[in-house]
Amino acid sequence: MATVKIPPVLRAQTDGEPEVAAPGASVGEVLRALAATHPGTEAQIFSPEGELNRYVNVYLNDEDVRVRDGLDTPVSDSDTVVILPAMAGG
Amino acid sequence: MATTEPIELVKSRIEELDPADARAELERGDAVLIDTREQHEWDEAHLDGATLVPPTTVADRIESVVPDRSRRVLVYCRVGNRSARAVDALEELGYEDVASIDGGIVAWQQAGFPVVEPEGLTKEQRMRYSRHTLLPEVGVEGQLKLLNAKVLLVGAGGLGSPAALYLAAAGIGTLGLVDDDEVDESNLQRQVIHTTARVGEPKTESARASIEALNPDVEVVEHRTRLDADNILEIIEGYDVIVDGADNFPTRYLLNDASVRLRKPVVSASILAFDGQISTFVPYEGPCYRCLYPTPPPPELAPSCGAAGVLGVMAGVMGLLQANEVIKLVAGIGEPLIGRLLLYDSLGTRFTELKVKRDPECPICGEDAPEISPSEMGRFPDYEAFCGGTVVG
Repeated sequence: MATVKIPPVLRAQTDGEPEVAAPGASVGEVLRALAATHPGTEAQIFSPEGELNRYVNVYLNDEDVRVRDGLDTPVSDSDTVVILPAMAGG
Repeated sequence: MATTEPIELVKSRIEELDPADARAELERGDAVLIDTREQHEWDEAHLDGATLVPPTTVADRIESVVPDRSRRVLVYCRVGNRSARAVDALEELGYEDVASIDGGIVAWQQAGFPVVEPEGLTKEQRMRYSRHTLLPEVGVEGQLKLLNAKVLLVGAGGLGSPAALYLAAAGIGTLGLVDDDEVDESNLQRQVIHTTARVGEPKTESARASIEALNPDVEVVEHRTRLDADNILEIIEGYDVIVDGADNFPTRYLLNDASVRLRKPVVSASILAFDGQISTFVPYEGPCYRCLYPTPPPPELAPSCGAAGVLGVMAGVMGLLQANEVIKLVAGIGEPLIGRLLLYDSLGTRFTELKVKRDPECPICGEDAPEISPSEMGRFPDYEAFCGGTVVG
């Protein structure tokens, strides 16, 4: 299973866990699996149309999935999926 | 060259000249003058007309500096020991008429003879910044760049406080501070440039007091205002590098749009709870803030430090990473965080680096980005909620 890194603002939806293991062969499948076990994350990651919300950046390891194949980007078990929202605190 | 040989023995077989005789010879113009010290010593002061040939490079470099082995050569160092060994070595290499200046540049200066001191650095500055100038990557040249640099700090708060203090200590010549806020007791847990006694004072004024107490070389420019589309171009125009420590998204997007327009590099960081992010945006050389974050998150995903809390130390860690980036950009050294987003998780003490690419469709720095009017900067035509509510840090 891939490891999903949960940003602080979403940890209320993952019982405080900073990392969650989730199965799936693509970034979309992994994030859907996360949403299935932690339903609170769904509306914040996915738009009503089922696309990634524009304000959420998702990285496969160190690469933005927008420059790969988006939600269809293939994922293997050793991969890390990073969910990253912008922060403005200064 | 046998450097372990006692110096007295070496000196006993070479010619030594006292500074007055050396000076007379040099004024006649018939001797080549070699300084055999290290670069940082040379940078502090050297004799007019000398060529620097550090001790370890004498054998390799002397041929190109003095091709004619019959030329008269005078060598000096700090006090006359390294130059004595260099003269000895030169004689072994076949140089016929070589002498060491007895007592080196120290005796030369004690005799009241002139030296060349680097332009721009005063005696006090050479002392104050000596730990910088000792670094070959910085040197006097790099320190002069810092002293001539103008850096704008957007926000004199969590990130701006440590960044401003260290940039001031580093000798950044002009520090601009943009903040319209006043010092509050709840700031003092992380905003280390302010003090308990200055609660209630404007932050720019409080920061100025700390900066001036730390380093009188720094000129502080207070911009006691909030950046908006009407004032931003005028404010940022005069600066070389901008440090983004703003506490809200509207200012971050506005600053991005204006800095891309004026091609100003922005070192941007943000903090929340135990997490921090930092990247360096150099317009058209790498991505801009909008390439990284095309749209700001909705308020429920973007709590402010005031609402969610922040570990005070996070401001220090990330603010100092920003100061480090600024110094690299100004001095032209190292690898700036261009096209890289560095995340710091302080609870796990983990750094993660992510790649950020330029977005060819970026509305601000993309290939077909239209020229926008100043009043359109910082706007989100497709994001109504954004401009409605300002997130207060």
